[in-house]
Amino acid sequence: MSAASAKSGLDFPAALKDAGLAALIALALSIAMLFFRTVDFQGNLILEKRWTLAGTTVLIVFAGRLALNLFWFPRRGGLGLFKIASSALPARFAELGKWMAPVLIVFAVVLPFLPASNRYIMDLAILVLTYVMLGWGLNIVVGLAGLLDLGYVAFYAVGAYSYALIATTFDWSFWVCLPLAGMFAALWGIILGFPVLRLRGDYLAIVTLAFGEIIRIVLLNWYTLTNGPDGITRIPRPSFFGLEFKRFGDGTFANYFNIEYSSMHRIVFLYYVILVLALITSALTIRLRRLPIGRAWEAMREDEIACRSLGINITNTKLTAFSIGAMFGGFAGSFFATRQGFISPESFTFIESAIILAIVVLGGMGSQIGVAIAAIVMIGGLELLRDLDALKQLFGDNFDPALYRMLLFGLAMVGIMVWRPRGLVSSRAPTVVLREHKARSADLVKEGHG
Amino acid sequence: MTPWDQEPLLKVEHLTMRFGGLVAINDLSFSAGRNDITAMIGPNGAGKTTVFNCITGFYKPTEGMITLTHEDGEKYYLERLDDHRIASETNVARTFQNIRLFGGMSVLENLLVAQHHKLMKASLFTVGGILGLNSYRLAEEEAIELSRFWLDKVGLESRADDTSADLPYGAQRRLEIARAMCSKPCLLCLDEPAAGLNPRETQELNELLLEIREEQKIAILLIEHDMGVVMGISDHIIVLDYGEKISDGTPEHVRNDPAVIAAYLGVEDDEVDQVEAEVAS
Amino acid sequence: MEYFLQQLINGVTLGSIYGLIAIGYTMVYGIIGMINFAHGDIFMVGTFIALITFIGLVSIGVTFIPLALMLVLIISMVLTAAWGWTVERLAYRPLRESFRLAPLITAIGMSIALQNFVQISQGARVKPLQPVITGGYEIMEKDGFIVNLSNIQIMIVVVTVALMIIFSLIISRTALGRSQRACEQDRVMASLVGVNVDRTISLTFVMGAALAAVAGLMFLLYYGVIDFYIGFVAGIKAFTAAVLGGIGSLPGAMLGGMIIGLIETFWSAYFSIEYKDVAAFSVLVLVLIFLPSGLLGRPEIEKV
Repeated sequence: MSAASAKSGLDFPAALKDAGLAALIALALSIAMLFFRTVDFQGNLILEKRWTLAGTTVLIVFAGRLALNLFWFPRRGGLGLFKIASSALPARFAELGKWMAPVLIVFAVVLPFLPASNRYIMDLAILVLTYVMLGWGLNIVVGLAGLLDLGYVAFYAVGAYSYALIATTFDWSFWVCLPLAGMFAALWGIILGFPVLRLRGDYLAIVTLAFGEIIRIVLLNWYTLTNGPDGITRIPRPSFFGLEFKRFGDGTFANYFNIEYSSMHRIVFLYYVILVLALITSALTIRLRRLPIGRAWEAMREDEIACRSLGINITNTKLTAFSIGAMFGGFAGSFFATRQGFISPESFTFIESAIILAIVVLGGMGSQIGVAIAAIVMIGGLELLRDLDALKQLFGDNFDPALYRMLLFGLAMVGIMVWRPRGLVSSRAPTVVLREHKARSADLVKEGHG
Repeated sequence: MTPWDQEPLLKVEHLTMRFGGLVAINDLSFSAGRNDITAMIGPNGAGKTTVFNCITGFYKPTEGMITLTHEDGEKYYLERLDDHRIASETNVARTFQNIRLFGGMSVLENLLVAQHHKLMKASLFTVGGILGLNSYRLAEEEAIELSRFWLDKVGLESRADDTSADLPYGAQRRLEIARAMCSKPCLLCLDEPAAGLNPRETQELNELLLEIREEQKIAILLIEHDMGVVMGISDHIIVLDYGEKISDGTPEHVRNDPAVIAAYLGVEDDEVDQVEAEVAS
Repeated sequence: MEYFLQQLINGVTLGSIYGLIAIGYTMVYGIIGMINFAHGDIFMVGTFIALITFIGLVSIGVTFIPLALMLVLIISMVLTAAWGWTVERLAYRPLRESFRLAPLITAIGMSIALQNFVQISQGARVKPLQPVITGGYEIMEKDGFIVNLSNIQIMIVVVTVALMIIFSLIISRTALGRSQRACEQDRVMASLVGVNVDRTISLTFVMGAALAAVAGLMFLLYYGVIDFYIGFVAGIKAFTAAVLGGIGSLPGAMLGGMIIGLIETFWSAYFSIEYKDVAAFSVLVLVLIFLPSGLLGRPEIEKV
């Protein structure tokens, strides 16, 4: 310890004083919220005192801060100063991204056949892929076009409810309802976007948030259409080209292929559906980025006024980004509805919008692979926390990890952002290259998908 | 009648722009000739950029008329059009006083964005582009060729794939001009293109602008403080002060106009000789 | 008419609470240009601190209500301010020079973390508090309908107006206010002429959190029930109020709060209680479309 402090010329008393201050703040924070707990006692609230909890917290803060001051900050230069690592990951990582995408796709394709795959893993994978798709959809709006949308869940909800209502009312198949739901969501994107897209930055953010809430409230209260908080049940499950995933009866999937019925069939089928949907989203986004419309989106993000001076109609360009993003949200929503078989407004709260936005920003705005990794880390992590028995052994049987998962989720959002403010993958590949143009033109189709 | 008043490309009549109580431009009329380099000079705050903003549609003038006449005789009333329509339909391009590039995008991408409309049509408004139609591929290659042409002209071909924000200042100014030219304008409005350039770069800029005028047969409207640029290349100079035109004519005429020397240069009497000498050089 | 008057009183009371929270949003937005999404949850923490302090004081024998409330006010302002300071220090300061969306994400993260922290440490159940301030005045009566102006409503409006005046004076008259306005205009320049930018921004968060604590105490006394989730809805409403009034403007925040409070109350009273939030948000959307910089905000002249 003395060697470390001597090297940087750090004085111990200052470190101690700083740690003491941190402990004092921790005491101020915990004195009301941790030390006391309000409990119901014969109809009145009384206070329960928790000396050890509050005491331990303050001590941990003191020790932690002291350790940081002595061992961490000197190396990063300056006492108590947050030095942020360069926000972009090194070029090495960008190289990594190049082969990471195919590896991830191959892994995703073979996942259901891996020996370790069980019902739980497949369910989790479906959930993660849903968020990957939502992230990629929102990425068009936020990452490419630079429009801050805090109400993306509205389009997810519109997609889910359109699918549920059409499917339950007309009894059409999933493959007919899916495009309809996407179109409905895109239409809503245009309807909502038209009046508000001339607002800038944070005003747009709050208005989209408001729209998200309005749609949720309407879904909650329009009983005749949406059945209110009870939601819509018995939403038809998708079929495999008309073959249903049922245990009994003719024309079922198992019957047709003459295999034994397993409940996993449907799960695996759903998994591939969302995988394909997500990959379509990604491929289309990559394609759009290389078209004039995609370049106009990015140009708009960079400088709106310059765009106008070059004859780009800002309103239309924004609307296309908004509605295409909404359409993908709608697709994801209808998938969600058919997978759950039941939807209610509870699934479409603001927190969903926040999670999707966090995935986009944490992944690195505009980066497809970054968004995928962020979705895997955040959603996978969140679900793993739900039942982690290891923590139970560590903290005793009363410890319920599920309770702590959203707390940890929130803190992780803060932590990752402070660590990498520009997101995990912040490099941007140009959509067109001059020097390799000759080589490229011969093989343009392949590049177009890359 | 002076040459630029006969069938002018751009005719500004009684242009007035007020912001609240502030009169930025007051009853300004002038013409810019086809294939002329027209310079607009005047002290800071004289309203030059405001004139530009009115011509390019970023501001709606309080009063007045701005008429652009294409070669084929088609007339456009710019004060009635939105900014993006002025750029896309009437082919007026501009640069900005404080350079506005798409900083995060590559140099080449900047030039492709400038050809948005052409490419948008070629991609059948994105649908054809998604399907990968051959016609779009050809159009894009053509657009890249045009970009290469202009990059070559401004000496940036070797940096085509660099992020535009990484370019040095002078190169960014040239790129902005190249970007404006990629939209194939009939009128190019340059807002202080020589600001911040060193003497050599300024000289190169002069040559570039003369070349553009010669080869592309377009008109250039220019705001500039650098007298070397203004006197060296302009055919026609308009002098503004406090939003009003105080002189209008050839460089020769303006240089010797006492109103300009007194009001625009705004210097003490004993410095006038010095300034005159500077202007003359 | 009587019904209308009663709703007016209720609306102004609610609007005062929204206004107090909105000031926190508007000050932070003014100075660092970010939506402090966690502010609504700071308000929620404030209600819990007020509740705990009040019960604690009563249990150690401070039963003289005015004294107890005074102490609760001071203690909860101080402790909530500590929370506001900490959130800024941990989640926003490291990202000060970063790009615009980063602090918004950490703010959302902090909001989630605070909600769940309170849920864990204080329990998910609703916390009730018996009415502390009772009584009031009957202003008029007609056909059996009594228009009431309760003492608590009077207190809320008086406290709000007083704080509004005090904080306006701080911003316009003191060195701190001058520093704040300087940072608002140009942070780099302010630091060059000797303004301690970090300290000024921290103090802005402290002031905002202290006001949220006052709003928290008022909310607790007025409604008598709190839970860990109230911060979200109140926060969104208050932010809406701040935007409506013109973000960055203190009187605007107050005005916006009043309008949101009144709309909500009247809509609930005359139309439907379920759609009161829809009404408030719709007004926001309409105002922003036709008055993009809010009611009292400085209009933004586009610099080309």
